Amino acid sequence: MRANATMIEAIKRDPHFHTLVRRRTRFALALSATTLIIYFGYIAVVAFAPQWLGMPIGDGMTLGIPLGLLVIVAAFALTALYVHRANTEYDALTRQILEDIK
Amino acid sequence: MPRMRSGIAAAIVFMLASATRASAADAGAVGSAPNLSAIVMFLVFASATLVITYRAANRTRSAADFYTAGAGISGAQNGLAMAGDYMSAASFLGISGLVFASGYDGLVYSVGWLVGWPIIMFLIAERLRNLGRYTFADVVSFRLEPVSIRTLSAFGTLTVVAFYLIAQMVGAGKLIELLFGMPYLYALMIVGALMILYVALGGMLATTWVQIIKSCLLLGGATVLAFLVLVKFGFSPAALFKAAVAVHPKGAAIMAPGALLADPISAVSLGLALMFGTAGLPHVLMRFYTVADAKAARKSVLYATGFIGYFYVLTFIIGFGAIAFLMNNAANYRIEPGGAYNKVTDLIGGTNMAAVQLANAAGGSIFLGFISAVAFATILAVVAGLTLAGASAVSHDLYESVIAKGRVSEDKGVRVSKIAAVAIGVLAVYLGYIFENENVAFMVGLAFAIAASCNFPALVMSVFWSGTTTRGVFIGGLLGLVSSIAGVVLGPAVWVKTFGFTTAPFPYDNPALFSMAIAFGGIWLFSKTDKSKRAGLDKAGFPAQFVRSETGIGAAGAVAY
Repeated sequence: MRANATMIEAIKRDPHFHTLVRRRTRFALALSATTLIIYFGYIAVVAFAPQWLGMPIGDGMTLGIPLGLLVIVAAFALTALYVHRANTEYDALTRQILEDIK
Repeated sequence: MPRMRSGIAAAIVFMLASATRASAADAGAVGSAPNLSAIVMFLVFASATLVITYRAANRTRSAADFYTAGAGISGAQNGLAMAGDYMSAASFLGISGLVFASGYDGLVYSVGWLVGWPIIMFLIAERLRNLGRYTFADVVSFRLEPVSIRTLSAFGTLTVVAFYLIAQMVGAGKLIELLFGMPYLYALMIVGALMILYVALGGMLATTWVQIIKSCLLLGGATVLAFLVLVKFGFSPAALFKAAVAVHPKGAAIMAPGALLADPISAVSLGLALMFGTAGLPHVLMRFYTVADAKAARKSVLYATGFIGYFYVLTFIIGFGAIAFLMNNAANYRIEPGGAYNKVTDLIGGTNMAAVQLANAAGGSIFLGFISAVAFATILAVVAGLTLAGASAVSHDLYESVIAKGRVSEDKGVRVSKIAAVAIGVLAVYLGYIFENENVAFMVGLAFAIAASCNFPALVMSVFWSGTTTRGVFIGGLLGLVSSIAGVVLGPAVWVKTFGFTTAPFPYDNPALFSMAIAFGGIWLFSKTDKSKRAGLDKAGFPAQFVRSETGIGAAGAVAY
């Protein structure tokens, strides 16, 4: 489908479009901020308090190992969270917009 | 044409076989003689990928086929292929080697390589798919003036590709020389010839399948290797760590961050380069156009993030396994006069061979052969992806838009792209050859810094800020490009280690913190102050771009086969 000027005007006026943009932008920014905080928080500990990560927990482990793995798991979990939300909520809104401009 | 293709394939096989025979006598290192199973397995891989290329070539007819495989790749397949583009031999051998040498620091690096992927998902993936067709420059020039924007984007792409490619080629040559006992230049020529065949004949379809096969091999091989390590320790990571601490010269220090990231500014700057550089790598961004729509683009990133995260967990186990398996056996080392050996630096082949040596120690010579062939396949797939991205920038951005001003057919562009692929391949072999004995370790970091400081800011600012103008992106992006290169050249890695000066004018290893700020600031400032007629057009184009980037309405769809 080609998007022409009238269609763009119609979409810009569509309340569903505004809901989509607002919700998705807010959620994406919140997730990006979370990712940045987790990662640079981790880097800050590496740079300023490496001894914390070297703290022994149990026999043979140090705190840094589960924490590092947690950052990896968090990166995947946040990504999955976004995909889930997009597949359900945002795609439904986009379909709604397509309906509206028919 | 088919006859010529099989002729070239036969020539490569012959060259590989004869080169290996010729140097069998003086081959040293890992296996002491070229490993027969490695050669057999590599030949199987090479023939399988050439068959795929042949079939892909028959199906590649239009420009969309060549650049994006007709957007007919599924989300899961593309996720594997993206992971393949990203998991280079440098990350497999380099990170496991880093863990082998310094333990925990390797994990800190792995985390940095991964965290760019969520950012790609949240900010880039869907919008890129909705706005572009073949290259990321399509997106940046959506409403901005195409000639200057595509020129900038093509330079951003080609410099990233060049530095990345040199690092991969030198690594490839050294690795193949070591594993297959083949002369360095022959190794480069085989890599160059195969990657040219994949890209020039099979386009994106062949490159994608080479990438998918390589990903499966690499993930499978690394899984088996980690499994062999964990079996020995009754699947107790704690037992593995204890054994590693007991034999490593640094002892318990390998279980905590070491001196590698001691300086906070360097650590943050490197973190920014890894995180946002990932979101500006042209060969990764190009992959978003191989799927049908934004939904499939999301799925690609999710799969890629999962595979890459899993892969880094494996490399961590492999690195610690290498410490536990290799360090107490003098047979794995070059013994210094006097009978002593350094448990880190004297490892035969260097610390980057830790994973390969471990394959031999834990799985025997057939498994060693398998891992060697996997490493070779990994390099080939990554250089093919880079070459395709470079060739597309030359044809679609420079030739079609800048030189021919859009007055040529896309099919003509594809022909130029094929010629460019051959030229980039030949150039890569040549550069790999002249950089053989240079320190190229900084080049991947430089590629990420440029991607984070030129491509990423141009992309983000043009998509998200309505006030962005052509002048702003052109000047800001150029400043980011120049300052990131200058920062690396004037920094310790090049100024001190390569040029031999005593102190570096720029004291940090990675310039991204500064060059990204310069790029974003530059785009903002030169857009804000832009009162030209073009600036009015640029801003007027934003609403239409915004609607399409958010909804995908009007975006290029998939081609049905």
